[in-house]
Amino acid sequence: MAFNYDQYLRVNKMPTLWCWGCGDGVILKSFIRAVDKLGWKKDDICLVSGIGCSGRFSSYVDFNTVHTTHGRTIAFATGIKLANPDKHVVCVAGDGDALAIGGNHTIHGCRRNIDITMILINNFIYGLTNSQTSPTTPQGMWTVSQKAGNIDPTFDACELAIAAGASFVGRETVNSPKKMEKLFVQAMEHKGFSFLDIQSNCHINLGRKNKMQSAMANLDWIDSNTVSKKKYDAMSPEEQLNLFPTGVLKHDTEVKEYCEMYEEIKKVHQGDRAKITQDDFEKKI
Amino acid sequence: MSEIREIISSGNELAAIASVDAGCKFFAGYPLTPSSEIMHVVSDLLPKIGGAAIQMEDEIAGVAAAIGAGMSGVRSLTATSGPGISLKAENLGLAQMCEVPLVVINVMRGGPSTGLPTRVSQGDVAQAKNPSHGDYKSITVCAGNLAECYTETVRAFNLADRFMQPVFVLLDETIGHMHAKAELPTLEAVKAGIVPRKTFDGAPEDYLPYGVEEDQPALLNPMFTGYRYHYTGLHHDASGFPTEEIETCRKLIDRLFQKVEKYQDEIESNEEYMVDDADILIVGYGSASLAIKEAINMLRKDGIKVGMFRPITLWPSPEKRLHELGQKFDKVLSVELNQGQYLEEVQRSMGRLDIEKLTKTNGRPFSPSDIIEKVKEL
Repeated sequence: MAFNYDQYLRVNKMPTLWCWGCGDGVILKSFIRAVDKLGWKKDDICLVSGIGCSGRFSSYVDFNTVHTTHGRTIAFATGIKLANPDKHVVCVAGDGDALAIGGNHTIHGCRRNIDITMILINNFIYGLTNSQTSPTTPQGMWTVSQKAGNIDPTFDACELAIAAGASFVGRETVNSPKKMEKLFVQAMEHKGFSFLDIQSNCHINLGRKNKMQSAMANLDWIDSNTVSKKKYDAMSPEEQLNLFPTGVLKHDTEVKEYCEMYEEIKKVHQGDRAKITQDDFEKKI
Repeated sequence: MSEIREIISSGNELAAIASVDAGCKFFAGYPLTPSSEIMHVVSDLLPKIGGAAIQMEDEIAGVAAAIGAGMSGVRSLTATSGPGISLKAENLGLAQMCEVPLVVINVMRGGPSTGLPTRVSQGDVAQAKNPSHGDYKSITVCAGNLAECYTETVRAFNLADRFMQPVFVLLDETIGHMHAKAELPTLEAVKAGIVPRKTFDGAPEDYLPYGVEEDQPALLNPMFTGYRYHYTGLHHDASGFPTEEIETCRKLIDRLFQKVEKYQDEIESNEEYMVDDADILIVGYGSASLAIKEAINMLRKDGIKVGMFRPITLWPSPEKRLHELGQKFDKVLSVELNQGQYLEEVQRSMGRLDIEKLTKTNGRPFSPSDIIEKVKEL
């Protein structure tokens, strides 16, 4: 029997405002299948989105949903999660959202290791506002704000998240919806901050002047840029140069989760345990 | 049991204690002089009662996390000073648009910019009226003594839930760091006075969070309780979803005004000190009012009859009462620790421009002699 997406969707808000052929719909469907697999109750989930095409993600899912300001998803989500530690909180943000204007919150969300899943929908461009350069736009590509060619160096979103201390980091692309679904399940099951770089197409605004005017051309480009982590790890640094590894890139179950640690803070103030000291942590400096 | 209790404390500490007594369960913020003691105190008190306090990575995240907690249904607080409000402004606009209750304490210091971090000012009064872009009606209360740091913070939490929007509590550095005995209402009285936000208890399929009368605040049920709805900073319809429909957009912004304007009587709070027999009226608020009172007492010994009108709720302003007083007094003096931010409101309310002003923006508080000297010049 075909999977019933409607039970998780606000069908009366359809059609989506996403362009024909946009990868966001693939991500939405993969995410819903993952939620279903986990058996999470709709009432127990809060989905927080930012600004951009990805910002509308929250409108379409039948959960508790919050469409916030540009770049601030993790900050809002942190308040929601810490005030309701037994609930599930998921953020959806774009590359401009999470890595440019909201870069600080991304870094500190990763560092804090609070049990939130951050889904970065990375289409390498500001799509909603007509093709301005984002922190992931490859150098040399045309953008409407850099018509002579983008000279800004790019972020590797996953390297950033790993360096900032996220305890679960993964990457998939809209070319592999089944793998994406599996990655979502693993990330959302993980107790701690999980960061996912989900690479998606924007043939309309990335592709139009970069020779990827069709969804297929843009998807082929994404495909040519990515290899599985296993293959990637077997490559020489020269071979790795223009490739992104996909799959689970980091999974550390030893790092303490923030809300659980905050329960210890409560115990200290309620007289149920001694103060937290460096002895509570393996890594001292 | 006595009707009051006495606590020796500072203004900032009293505001923090008041928050917890008023049912606040969440704080998020960022260190900023001269407000930081509020964070220090709630960081001890909130986990004790099962709440949480978190120091975020910046001012923006501080208010965002506090709004997030407020969206989820708990009473929530952030505290900062003027530079922090400048950074929080955008998300305060989101809270206005989404109608999320929140208390924001601003302990004012000298500005603009980094200004005078450890010195007093009342320079954020105009900012409190409209910190972010767009149209809405702010509610701002201002403590004029130590006890009010407590009572006005308690009132702010109730106002936030009543009107479903952020409420500013303005302290200034002098009041925030003043340390003395304060007479406070009993904890029982505070608890008895807590009025939680209204909620909808019908069937989830009938729930329209923003489907309220034209002068009523949104009806926002706590999150995770079976009423799954949508928050957005975009113009939204009764169900909370984005719309650009002309009439819906007009009605939404009209309602953000009317829900406050029509019920201003519930918000307004003023003190009148020796006004009845006075020949000269001083308008002042916050820590300035302490020097004004002292000056009035001394001037009266010299036979100069002066009175003071002190707005405790600054926004919306007590325009009707100010108008009446403007008719009654020939000589009106506005005293504030800025270049005349509230003077403009006094002029507008009184419908006249001949209001004398005494201002100070060097980071030092008024002394009674400053005021006495000015009054004698009038």
